[in-house]
Amino acid sequence: MGLISNGSTLFDSGSLDASVATGSMTHIKTLTASDSSTLSFVNGASSVVLNNTYKEYVFKFYDIHPSHSGTRFQFNGSIDTGSNYNATKQTSMFIAANLEADTDTSLSYQPGDDLGNGTGFQDLAGFGNANDDNDASLSGTLQLFDIANSTFVKHFIARTNYMTTGPYPVDTFTGGYFNTTSALDAFQFKFTSNNIAAGTIKLYGVK
Amino acid sequence: MAVISNGTTIADAGAFSASLGSMVLIKTITISSGTGTISFVDGASSVVFDSTYPLYKVTYASVHHATDGSQLQIGFRDGSTDYDATKQSTSFTTYHQENDGESSSDRLNFSSGRLSNSTAFQNLHQSVGNDNDQCASGEILIFSPSNTTFVKHYLSRLDSCHDSNANMDSFIGGYVNVTAAIDAIQFKSSSGNIDSGIFKLYGIKDS
Repeated sequence: MGLISNGSTLFDSGSLDASVATGSMTHIKTLTASDSSTLSFVNGASSVVLNNTYKEYVFKFYDIHPSHSGTRFQFNGSIDTGSNYNATKQTSMFIAANLEADTDTSLSYQPGDDLGNGTGFQDLAGFGNANDDNDASLSGTLQLFDIANSTFVKHFIARTNYMTTGPYPVDTFTGGYFNTTSALDAFQFKFTSNNIAAGTIKLYGVK
Repeated sequence: MAVISNGTTIADAGAFSASLGSMVLIKTITISSGTGTISFVDGASSVVFDSTYPLYKVTYASVHHATDGSQLQIGFRDGSTDYDATKQSTSFTTYHQENDGESSSDRLNFSSGRLSNSTAFQNLHQSVGNDNDQCASGEILIFSPSNTTFVKHYLSRLDSCHDSNANMDSFIGGYVNVTAAIDAIQFKSSSGNIDSGIFKLYGIKDS
């Protein structure tokens, strides 16, 4: 059965009419931390899609709270569906920070947080370590482009804001590429040490 | 005919009343062989680029240039057939070589991509490499292009493989310094063709 309203076909034959404008950003998966050591999104597992279905994937971070101070929020990619999170990365990072007491500011490149063809986890928060005060957290976005491409490197851009010890709010801009022509099919998030006490990560695919 | 479910109007007067998402994919252009220009023109080839949406977004994924050291560029059309609308812009980049060859002070800089009331195309990054696995990916937001009172702002962020084997995260902000409506945009390489890449135009609804 189709539905025609005011002369316009809205759906028919089991699908929406092509003239109906629909959203292009599809929610794929939400993971919520509960004193978790890692949060992982693996293609083909737990309803996660991380393949050539979408040309852009977006992770949204909400209120990521560390179990301990002295750590940094990080991520890595996998080319073997999560058996190893060690894809090679070339990255850069800069930050803007402002001490809550308004006595110190910074706009600077973070050479200690970039990777030169490194396989380690990439920091998504620079300048200082995370604050574990009860109200401290990190929120932001990570965008990944064309992760299933087997010809080119795979670029990503990220922006997060978090509370570091001080306390400072730190606006962190991270960019780079996975320096591999293998498809990426899994991503993992963690702190440099200890656990993710709380927080939510949402994965979206963009048509 | 209206469709009302449990007291809620789902569709009426030829359109859905229920939200179907606010980010709408308008057009995808996939480049698979050498191409001089990529254009999104309002009213042509199913492209909408007018007051339908207050915000437009273009993403570019895995854009590979034929010529080493060239730049991806954008031009705006403001009434004629030329993409030469006047632009005023700023540009800065982070840059990190795979061999860590540059000093950390060289990793965050204002770049040469800025324009001062120029009709030239806007560079979206610098000197991309054309090795087989090198490319660029990112996005640009264009605000209220059909406004005839104000200038039209744009924001771009793009990560690219610099031809010196580095990642470059490029930030461009500016405005098209005209009050005429912008009805088309065009992308091209500063030198030679674009050999491959995926360009997607989205409209972001305001309600």
